Amino acid sequence: MAKNKSLGAIIKNGLLDENPTFRLVLGTCPTLAVTTSAINGVGMGLAATFVLVFSNLVISLLRNLIPDNVRIPSFIVVISTFVTMVEMFMHAYLPDLFEALGLFIPLIVVNCIILARAEAFASKNGPIASICDGLGMGLGFTAALTLIGSIRELIGNGSVFGFRIMTAGYEPMLLILMPAGGFLMFGLILGAINAITAKASEKKEGTD
Amino acid sequence: MTKILLFMVSCILTNNFIFSRFLGCCPFLGVSRKVETAASMGLAVTFVMGIASFVTWFVYNLILVPLNIEYLQTGAFILVIASLVQVVEMFIKKVSQPLYRALGIYLPLITTNCAVLGVAVLNVNEGYGLGYSVMNGVFGALGFTLAIVLMAGVTERLETSKIPQALKGFPITLISASLMAIAFLGFGGLA
Repeated sequence: MAKNKSLGAIIKNGLLDENPTFRLVLGTCPTLAVTTSAINGVGMGLAATFVLVFSNLVISLLRNLIPDNVRIPSFIVVISTFVTMVEMFMHAYLPDLFEALGLFIPLIVVNCIILARAEAFASKNGPIASICDGLGMGLGFTAALTLIGSIRELIGNGSVFGFRIMTAGYEPMLLILMPAGGFLMFGLILGAINAITAKASEKKEGTD
Repeated sequence: MTKILLFMVSCILTNNFIFSRFLGCCPFLGVSRKVETAASMGLAVTFVMGIASFVTWFVYNLILVPLNIEYLQTGAFILVIASLVQVVEMFIKKVSQPLYRALGIYLPLITTNCAVLGVAVLNVNEGYGLGYSVMNGVFGALGFTLAIVLMAGVTERLETSKIPQALKGFPITLISASLMAIAFLGFGGLA
């Protein structure tokens, strides 16, 4: 399918049509856990993007060498190598973010998005298309986490990316920063996106 | 004794894997549709998490630490867990057919359940000894089981209720999970 698709279309596919968070609902654990602020969302998203791009590239290059029945363990080894690199890099250069994301950096290994893309895309397509797919999916994931993070930070702390937006009299709603708020906001945003896309496709059918 | 009891309560209720640590959300949101299947899934996870905590403790303390290669932790743990799941699957298949039929389809999924790798990394981060590591694995997984069984009960009801079109499926599941998480907040003072 990817042969007749342009590279731009592959990136757009990950960003919008098959957005891993809002359309496929994969990788929900980090989505819920780290989105207590916008900056955490960006950090997590970019870390996952890095792993996605490079693991897609390597898996795509090795796709004819890996025997079919050991492919999943082989993918996991490739993915965990890049996760370890991200982990060490963040520990060294971004200690605050490393502290905030904590457990969820090593857990990128078992993020279903990455294994799903390795299995569904990189093991069947060439290296350049696979890089684009990783980039699109990763940026789609980053955008989703940043959106959820910004909304939760705005309601729970009155700021976005650390900049105060609400007036001084605003009483922050702490619940939204707690786990319960994570589930609630993700559910509501997902519902809103469903409603918008349903409206949009209705309109399209109307004009056709 | 009280210390162990408190640790148990905190693993199952206050530090519930799903509602306060967000580990294992994918099976929680995706798989639980029926109470019975949720319970079998929970059982399989409990089994694997207990063994995984036990084995990864030895891998970390007897292999990674003496060789000074703690940074390979993530890769080593996930490989151990993946092969462990494979071995457990083969073992159950040989020993008990009924159990295999009940758990079989869930076992391969457990490798990518982040609760399993999560508990292994948590045990290292918290510096637990062997006993506490295994207890953390087993009781944490029981907390996970409790959550997915409860959730399955809720989703069974949701299927027959009137829900706004846009909220059908994942959104309403997430909102129900949020209400359950608020209930679990109430256990906060216990341990």
